Amino acid sequence: MRIRFSTAALHETRWQHYAVRFVFGGAITAIAGVIAKEFGPAVGGLFLAFPAIFPAAATLAESHEREKKQQHGMPPGVRGTLIAGIQAYGTALGSIGLAVFAVLFWTLATRMTLWLLFPLAVVSWFSVAAVLWLLRRRIPLLRDLRPRGQKMATPRLPRGVGE
Amino acid sequence: MTDLVLRFVIGGVIVSVFALVGDLFLPKSFAGLFGAAPSVALATLGLTLLKDGRSYTAMECRSMIVGAVALMIYALVASWLLFRSHVPALRATLVTMPAWFLIAFAGWALLLR
Repeated sequence: MRIRFSTAALHETRWQHYAVRFVFGGAITAIAGVIAKEFGPAVGGLFLAFPAIFPAAATLAESHEREKKQQHGMPPGVRGTLIAGIQAYGTALGSIGLAVFAVLFWTLATRMTLWLLFPLAVVSWFSVAAVLWLLRRRIPLLRDLRPRGQKMATPRLPRGVGE
Repeated sequence: MTDLVLRFVIGGVIVSVFALVGDLFLPKSFAGLFGAAPSVALATLGLTLLKDGRSYTAMECRSMIVGAVALMIYALVASWLLFRSHVPALRATLVTMPAWFLIAFAGWALLLR
């Protein structure tokens, strides 16, 4: 499956969705700071990998699919929920990249120039996540963890529509 | 208070930007990678480095590894629930949220305390 780039989702996303992401992201960042201050960096650090926007992103993916189908006069079915499940699997792969990001900061924060460390860690997160995604069908463990065993219960939209 | 407001604004902006970039990609399994973007970490680490120094930041990131493992398991459980039980996304992601807390704090108690 090829990686594609589409701006369609931007047109479907309402300003309330952006507001929810901003507020949740900001709140979690502020709370992580307060927790680190109150309970120390060992506890506060856990929250640097808190699923800040994951519920909002999954809900958004589900509602986009439902809206698209309703616009085309099709029953909503469970396809939106299944797409949210597939997206969640992607998040699980991305979190392995996030662990690599954390390992790099843990091991190099005291001995590397920060102007190099920040881009190195971000590029490493994305590279590890993307490579795991590309190899998800070839690595046995990742293949076993992929959501499967369910067929999309309702038909998908015609090719090219609503992507 | 200024510190909190600054964290809120920077966190909100970085999380929104990563979410926006994730929206641009298809298929959705690839877009999902951005659900685990280091957005909260990037917003926090810059301020922490300035205020508390490098050793403190390194200690936070050691815990972040445990948090990332918890995120991976949480996302897999949520994925399984969505795919198998067809529970609506908001409910599935919220009812499985305790998994993140359980794994993160169990990891902290066993490995970091």
